[in-house]
Amino acid sequence: MQKYSLTHLKELESEAIYVLREVAAQFERPALLFSGGKDSIVVAHLARKAFYPAAIPFPLVHIDTGHNFPETITFRDEFVKKIGAQLIVGSVQQSIDEGKVVEEQGLNASRNKLQTVTLLDTIEQNKFDACMGGARRDEEKARAKERFFSHRDAFGQWDPKNQRPELWNIFNGKKHMGEHFRVFPISNWTEMDVWQYILSENIEIPSIYLAHERNVFNRDGVWMDVNDIILRKDNETPIKKTVRFRTIGDMTCTGAVESTADTLEKVIQEVAAARTTERGTRADDKRSEAAMEDRKKEGYF
Amino acid sequence: MSNNSKINHNPSNISHQPSPVNHDSYLNMELLRFTTAGSVDDGKSTLIGRLLYDSKSIFEDQYEAIEESSKRKGEEHVNLAHLTDGLRAEREQGITIDVAYRYFATPKRKFIIADTPGHIQYTRNMVTGASTANLAIVLVDARKGMVEQTSRHSFIASLLGIPHVVYCINKMDLVDYSEETFNKIKSDIQNFSAKLETKDIHFIPISALNGDNVVHKSENMPWYEGTTLMYLLENIHIASDHNHRDCRFPVQYVIRPQSKEFHDYRGYAGRIAGGIFKAGDEIKVLPSGKISKIKSIDTYDGPVEEAFAPMSVTITLEDEVDISRGDMIVRENNQPEVLADFDVMLCWMNDKGLVPRGKYYIRNTSNEARCMVTEVKYKVDINTLHRIEDDKNISMNDIARVSLKTTKPLFVDRYSRNRNTGSIILVDEATNETVAAGMIV
Repeated sequence: MQKYSLTHLKELESEAIYVLREVAAQFERPALLFSGGKDSIVVAHLARKAFYPAAIPFPLVHIDTGHNFPETITFRDEFVKKIGAQLIVGSVQQSIDEGKVVEEQGLNASRNKLQTVTLLDTIEQNKFDACMGGARRDEEKARAKERFFSHRDAFGQWDPKNQRPELWNIFNGKKHMGEHFRVFPISNWTEMDVWQYILSENIEIPSIYLAHERNVFNRDGVWMDVNDIILRKDNETPIKKTVRFRTIGDMTCTGAVESTADTLEKVIQEVAAARTTERGTRADDKRSEAAMEDRKKEGYF
Repeated sequence: MSNNSKINHNPSNISHQPSPVNHDSYLNMELLRFTTAGSVDDGKSTLIGRLLYDSKSIFEDQYEAIEESSKRKGEEHVNLAHLTDGLRAEREQGITIDVAYRYFATPKRKFIIADTPGHIQYTRNMVTGASTANLAIVLVDARKGMVEQTSRHSFIASLLGIPHVVYCINKMDLVDYSEETFNKIKSDIQNFSAKLETKDIHFIPISALNGDNVVHKSENMPWYEGTTLMYLLENIHIASDHNHRDCRFPVQYVIRPQSKEFHDYRGYAGRIAGGIFKAGDEIKVLPSGKISKIKSIDTYDGPVEEAFAPMSVTITLEDEVDISRGDMIVRENNQPEVLADFDVMLCWMNDKGLVPRGKYYIRNTSNEARCMVTEVKYKVDINTLHRIEDDKNISMNDIARVSLKTTKPLFVDRYSRNRNTGSIILVDEATNETVAAGMIV
């Protein structure tokens, strides 16, 4: 590398820190949406860097479907304690109990879609005006057209055909009462960037990202966790496999892949050789070609 | 991949470069941001598809998804253009509406493509994509030669100060790989771009469909002695694209931990917009004019000796100076202009046109003020570069030179000198929408 030039990861880090500081400066009540997945962990890590030596000046918000992997919840609580952040939990179970949403029925029932209602309620109750998340443009094609600062109307909706143009690094967070923004500091990162950054920064992640033994069953080519929440057909027989998760979402819609990658280095090799995207294990995206776009319009992450 | 894809899968065209996974080399890659411009049907999607495919950035499930949607639409080939159609409306109408960002990497560099649509709201979208680009690829159909859109794309690349422009003369296979055709187009473009400000211009004869000179050197054009597109993208010198001469540090956020350990800490957080700052430097703060010295340049990973664009750092000063967001730390002997009246080249980006003498919010670095457009000097016909002085109505996609008057002075440089301190946006006070982007002249 030449003197006075940055490596690409340093440039992406600098860009993300710039975005995080811009949020803290432009908004009154920002929050960081924290799922316990690797992308939101990286954003939280970047937030520590952005405001050091001060603490992160906004709370972490977790929308808990009640169907999370127990490892994720354990990790979340330890992580929040370690970085001294405030945690706010929005509960999908509570939204169900209050009759705001109705639980899906059947084999592929998932609370994934219900999260949107809980998320929007949590935003409204806490009067958050900007919610940061770990979404990346390389994840999914509707996300490729997402802005860093993404405007949401009073109903939390995204209007993809009428987005504000975003030029240079000048971000426009102006809004009317009741509207809010979603902000994506690691928009320009790829899955590989995230893994390499986790390795070089020595960032802790939930254990289920690494290969481990688990009781699983096969559904549509994806290995699903065996638990009390997911209903199984008679022919969906549990089997013990060495697997890991490429993404961590709700248990009902996140599948594992067979893998022996039990270290970060091995995961990186596997990601590099992978011939399917990480969201290939996500049943929620497979519902239709525009599944993500539709969920995003309604106010999904 | 199947054999009937729109890209010809001649095995010799497929890159065998190892994927960039080695941790040490991955940490040593540079980032190149480029934008692609072209008219309808000139093979832009095919070129992007080839870059992604040859760098192994198309995944099987993505490929299967576009294969299926091509089939459903009754298309003969797997249409790689669907890869870039992110929104339902785009797929339904077979058009691209918005700028889409794509990513790929080779062992040398990581690339971000701002893929801008060729026809719908081309100016607004291309300006957006160009604003962050180090390089622009302009596609030219070898059969058609230089057309109106080529001028338009060249002008926007120049206006937005993209340092490097690569003209890819595409579909060479359809003109018998003719050197004469290539040279004619090249000289037409050179004649036109002599009027522009782009300094570094390249011409490459390619066939995106067959892969000639995209990743591998073409055997069909032995007369071409230049490099392939991929080689150029991997090796073009970009380190000096940032301004390292003029020290500019727009203060973004003030860090005050108010903890026991850092009780009196007061740091100024921001991203360096120009120049090289060092601990011990004498600095001046705008607008107060106060003089102090840099005590330290802090990051989470420890203090750094020097900092340059585009690093995000936190600066502490020797003296207690009252500084807030929107202020700028500079060197006394090299200051930006402090202006409340100035001219910009404006690109209008909203359905609602410019209101004469209308008031808008204006943003420049971390600074915000209100402003009034006091005069429209002329509009530019972006196809001919002629000035239009008899029609001063500014509407969507228009580019015009206007005079602005701001409610407080801004700390600016000419855009041609510094893209960070020389750029502004205008925001509508009623709708809060970003309505225009401007380059300070």
